[in-house]
Amino acid sequence: MIYREVGDFKTTYRADGQTFPIWFDRIRYYVVLLIAFCVVPFIINDYWLNAVLLPFLIYAIAAIGLNILTGYCGQVSLGTGGFMAVGAYSCYKLMTGFPDLNIMFCVLLSGVITALVGMLFGLPSLRIKGFYLAVATLAAQFFLVWLFNKVAWFYNYSASGQITAPERTIFGYRITGAETSAPVTYLFCLVLVVILAIVARNLTRGHLGRSWMAIRDMDIAAEIIGVNPLKAKLTAFGISSFYIGVAGALLFAVYLGAVEVGEVFGIQKSFLVLFMIIIGGLGSIFGSFAGAAFMVLLPVLLKNVLVGTLGWPTDIATHLEFAIVGALIIVFLILEPHGLAQLWRIIKEKLRLWPFPH
Amino acid sequence: MTHPVMQEDTYTTPDGRKIGGVVMEMKNITLRFGGVTAIKDISFDIREGEVRAIIGPNGAGKSSMLNVINGFYHPQEGEVWFRGEKRGPMKPYQIARQGIARTFQNIALFKGMSTLDNIMTGRLIHMNTSIASQAFWKGPAESEEIANRERVEKIIDFLEIQTIRKTPVGSLPYGLQKRVELGRALASDPSLLLLDEPMAGMNVEEKEDMSRFILDVNDEFGTTIALIEHDMGVVMDISDRVVVMDYGAKIGDGTPDEVRKNEKVIAAYLGVAHD
Repeated sequence: MIYREVGDFKTTYRADGQTFPIWFDRIRYYVVLLIAFCVVPFIINDYWLNAVLLPFLIYAIAAIGLNILTGYCGQVSLGTGGFMAVGAYSCYKLMTGFPDLNIMFCVLLSGVITALVGMLFGLPSLRIKGFYLAVATLAAQFFLVWLFNKVAWFYNYSASGQITAPERTIFGYRITGAETSAPVTYLFCLVLVVILAIVARNLTRGHLGRSWMAIRDMDIAAEIIGVNPLKAKLTAFGISSFYIGVAGALLFAVYLGAVEVGEVFGIQKSFLVLFMIIIGGLGSIFGSFAGAAFMVLLPVLLKNVLVGTLGWPTDIATHLEFAIVGALIIVFLILEPHGLAQLWRIIKEKLRLWPFPH
Repeated sequence: MTHPVMQEDTYTTPDGRKIGGVVMEMKNITLRFGGVTAIKDISFDIREGEVRAIIGPNGAGKSSMLNVINGFYHPQEGEVWFRGEKRGPMKPYQIARQGIARTFQNIALFKGMSTLDNIMTGRLIHMNTSIASQAFWKGPAESEEIANRERVEKIIDFLEIQTIRKTPVGSLPYGLQKRVELGRALASDPSLLLLDEPMAGMNVEEKEDMSRFILDVNDEFGTTIALIEHDMGVVMDISDRVVVMDYGAKIGDGTPDEVRKNEKVIAAYLGVAHD
């Protein structure tokens, strides 16, 4: 009833090309932003922040990044964990090497460094495709983790081999280090997520995004209409790695505070982010958020139900959690192979006709 | 040395269109794949504003010839001259930027994108705002997008596909997909348009529509067209000059009437008794 595009005429190409062409969508988007910025910071506590909101926001950035590369440009990557490690270690080196540098710059610069590394590892994509490229990026994953373990310079020769985020502030509020307050770190990540998501949307709707999708859908035809494959693939690798690097830097500096590379940025992380975009929906910014929410929230939800409501022992619950999440992913992919974003689209189609489906 | 490419001799077609000088000249092209010779020592030219057909039985090397023209294959011998310049080693996307567009025998649309987005990809070679500008959208990126959208909408109107503007192309019927593909090629404002079997698999009405579009493109935009087609009726009706290929060699070249009377062509199509 309320979700209508009938009568919502567009008289300019600008109006037709906007992100949310339907009035109701637009309002909903602003309401979500308003709640995220003006309501959540006042009701947030440490449990919600650490268990749900921070990982959701950070993985959403990583998922958007991988979605640009895999969902939009069609280049499969299993190196996400390694690239996140590049972001984290860049951030650590920048924070310890330049103590006066604002943490926001540290995080963004880590993204830039990761972008360069990503483009380097993206070079093979010009020659190899599909599964073979996945294996090549897998090599990047293992090489980068090995590198950060082996070369002591990266972790400033600390005895434990860990990196620990020093304390940094913005406008006098602690962002990293001990005793951060929940609303501050939440808002810091939220601002980055919102800006990066809008940028991702803009990049994917413009001519750069179209050249990526052209390469994804049919690379030969793309080349014949004038897409330079080298440029398209390398920009996809670069921008994707920028996002993943920022996510890695945030995961280390803001969320975990201390990191051991093999433990945090192993191959599981690559798969986790890949699952997020497959479940959320390839080639969709909304899908990146949906997938990140699904993969972050589901374990928390299950734990609360099994341990909290049913009162099961924690160890059994933990194991069952893995089994249930795995089973749900399988079931879900059979029911809707195009992910949550497609499900959302179908719901919207239905809503358009509701409550008079004929 | 002066090259003989830009000949100034022009001719007028029976229906009164002026055909200009040579746009593209293929000189002694030979293309081999391992031991197979796909094209044997073929020379022909394409003139400004004409509809040039390449015909021949299956496997004659017609599609390979188009692939040579738009740089997808590099011939072992021979030269390609475009607008009075010999073509050096170039990538297909560079050739596209010179104003040569094409469609494919098997539709090569971007299945995951809408009709509008597919045709917009044809404008990619005219869009070059920086990544930074696109990231924040307002300003140059948006105005460039809108300007190109206007051009694309003209093509959508021209091809009469307004109603499928936002439909994913994968779900369109075959004839419409062919039309969208023509739209994508047209969107780049090519001066030379290569069409690889634009009417394959179509019924009579669809063929008539497509023939009309091809002639309109030639007429309204002044685009030079080189096309491969199997339907002889269509070829003889719409083309100004025809090249006939068989087993990789050129066996005929001339106006439809000349080609129709060429004995080698008749032999290739109908077969002759060997004695």
